[in-house]
Amino acid sequence: MRWVCILFPQLALDAVLRQRADPDEPLALLTGPAQRRVLQAVNASARALGLRPGQSMTAAQALSKGFFTAEYDAAEIEHWQQFLAAWAYRFSSQVSVHYPRAVVFEIESSLGLFGDWPQLEARLRAELGELGFRHRIVAAPNPVAARILANAYDGLVVPDDQALQHHLGQLPVDRVGLEASVATALSRMGLRTLSQVQALPRQSLARRFESQVLKHLDALFGTRRLALAFYLPPDRFDVRIELNFDVQSHQALLFPLRRLTGDLSAFLCGRDSGVQRFDLHLEHAGLPDSVIKVGLLSAERDPAMLFELARGRLEQVQVEAPVRGFRLRAEDLPAFVPQYQELFDDRPQQSLPWEQLRERLRARLGDDAVHGLRFQADHRPECAWQASADSQRCADMPGVQRPGWLLTEPQAVHEGSTRILMGPERIESGWWDGDDVRRDYYLVETRSGQQGWAYRAVGEDGPLWLQGWFA
Amino acid sequence: MGAVVALDTLFNGGQVWKGRPAPPTVSPQPTGHAALDAALPTGGWPEAALTEILLAGQGVGELQLVWPALARLSAAGERIVLVAPPYVPYPQAWQNAGVDLRQLSIIQASERDALWAAEQCLRSGSCGAVLCWPHKADDRALRRLQVAAETGSTLAFAYRSINEAINPSPAALRIAIDARPAQLRVLKCRGGLARSAPIAFPMGH
Repeated sequence: MRWVCILFPQLALDAVLRQRADPDEPLALLTGPAQRRVLQAVNASARALGLRPGQSMTAAQALSKGFFTAEYDAAEIEHWQQFLAAWAYRFSSQVSVHYPRAVVFEIESSLGLFGDWPQLEARLRAELGELGFRHRIVAAPNPVAARILANAYDGLVVPDDQALQHHLGQLPVDRVGLEASVATALSRMGLRTLSQVQALPRQSLARRFESQVLKHLDALFGTRRLALAFYLPPDRFDVRIELNFDVQSHQALLFPLRRLTGDLSAFLCGRDSGVQRFDLHLEHAGLPDSVIKVGLLSAERDPAMLFELARGRLEQVQVEAPVRGFRLRAEDLPAFVPQYQELFDDRPQQSLPWEQLRERLRARLGDDAVHGLRFQADHRPECAWQASADSQRCADMPGVQRPGWLLTEPQAVHEGSTRILMGPERIESGWWDGDDVRRDYYLVETRSGQQGWAYRAVGEDGPLWLQGWFA
Repeated sequence: MGAVVALDTLFNGGQVWKGRPAPPTVSPQPTGHAALDAALPTGGWPEAALTEILLAGQGVGELQLVWPALARLSAAGERIVLVAPPYVPYPQAWQNAGVDLRQLSIIQASERDALWAAEQCLRSGSCGAVLCWPHKADDRALRRLQVAAETGSTLAFAYRSINEAINPSPAALRIAIDARPAQLRVLKCRGGLARSAPIAFPMGH
């Protein structure tokens, strides 16, 4: 039991169905030229309506009107197989897409991390169910056997070569991956199962059939190794969902958005990376795409969080035309550093960490809305502070009186309304940057008892300028 | 109803319940002002609740009132959030008051978003104290803040105009600051009778 094969029996259908809110809608995939459309694949509820693969579109429409259609797209199937390989990459470094509509990967070396096989199998099934792909899982000692046994079994585990002989021997000859002509020839010889074929002398098989047949059988029983090309994950994520109708409100975009962010999260988990910036493209008919940029302060990959942040940005955007397609692109995928959390936290009820709260606030209020306060070593009050992402300690200045509030624009103070309590304190600085100030600062009190910080430029005789409140 | 029953037998039989004053819980958040602590029933800021501070204008010591609590919270690694402050906090003054600037975050928001942001911060439970300046907050908005403060067990401070003193409020504690004479008046406090006598609150420099 070293290799796992996950077969996706209806990958093309699932790829379309998972983009719809109701996965049980009758759906048929169409192929063929425009003059003669033929049903290529149908799902279970469409089958219940009487639709069958191979029917012509006119025959199908005579039977029922209540089903949806989509184009059977080979490139799309290829794309989703690549996506599933990216998903499987998190469980194993040796993932192969050698077989169509299936993913084969080595698992024994990963069991130490993920726990026993039953546990891992349950996890694989749960995640695939969430992603919306129907599947059959088989574990076997070699990749070829795993793939062939997935034709007939689901959930089968073959622990060793002896059991492999037993299970393979029972398979009928037309289901073991041999070419149709070979399978027919074997059955005409009276050989129904693989064990009967195996009982034949090798020489006679070699004489009667092409060399491919023996090679395949040897690979199947593990006596000959099959060289597999392994999957390499791409460095970017780019997935597009085409909407079948004109979308006017962002409500209708939430379901595709949830799918896209969920897929992005699955992809990131496989690569063990996070995402810091991604773009949402809203495609219109005949107009350039509207691009929504989503930026985060740190690399994240939690699907719920990605969805909520993208939603926050999406809800604020107004576009001039209906949306026909939806696309998520992420180019920059930095390494993901899990957050450090203490086991015995002081606040066990803490439901939302500050980092996530900050992202939520930024998503609604704007990128610059949340900031810290940085101290600049400058005596001029207007230069002494700076908004910044990270705050830092400033040097203590004990004994120096500074107001708690600083006005961004100084206000003129009427002469009669205030009296000076203390001062002056001269601040003279900034001759080097052209913003020279020479001021005498006073502690003043207004008639109503408010205490403020006001200045008058040296050598001038104008009014006092209020620049802060001793709050 | 002719029978005369001694009180003792009633009490001993457990038929009559005697109300006892519950011992007031001691707040883990002392204000840092001894006279004010003595006047408050819990001996400090009401924990996980909204405190309203009413003032006529800026510069009457409204920050000095909360700085000791903020300094202690920031030293303990808790985050202090100012939601849409009316002015810029002067870093040196806050630092001299003992507030660790690394724990201080400022959120710039419009009037409507400020209430939302304050509620989010309070509800999240990841902040130690949240200060906000609602201008046109009605009873419902303040109640939301109060509930959010309870949910996240966070100290919430709302600065409002003294003109709001006549309106009822769901805040657990309401304090008015008078500039002349410099004093504090406790208008309402949960868990005890509000003390009518004002508390002297000299501005320190």
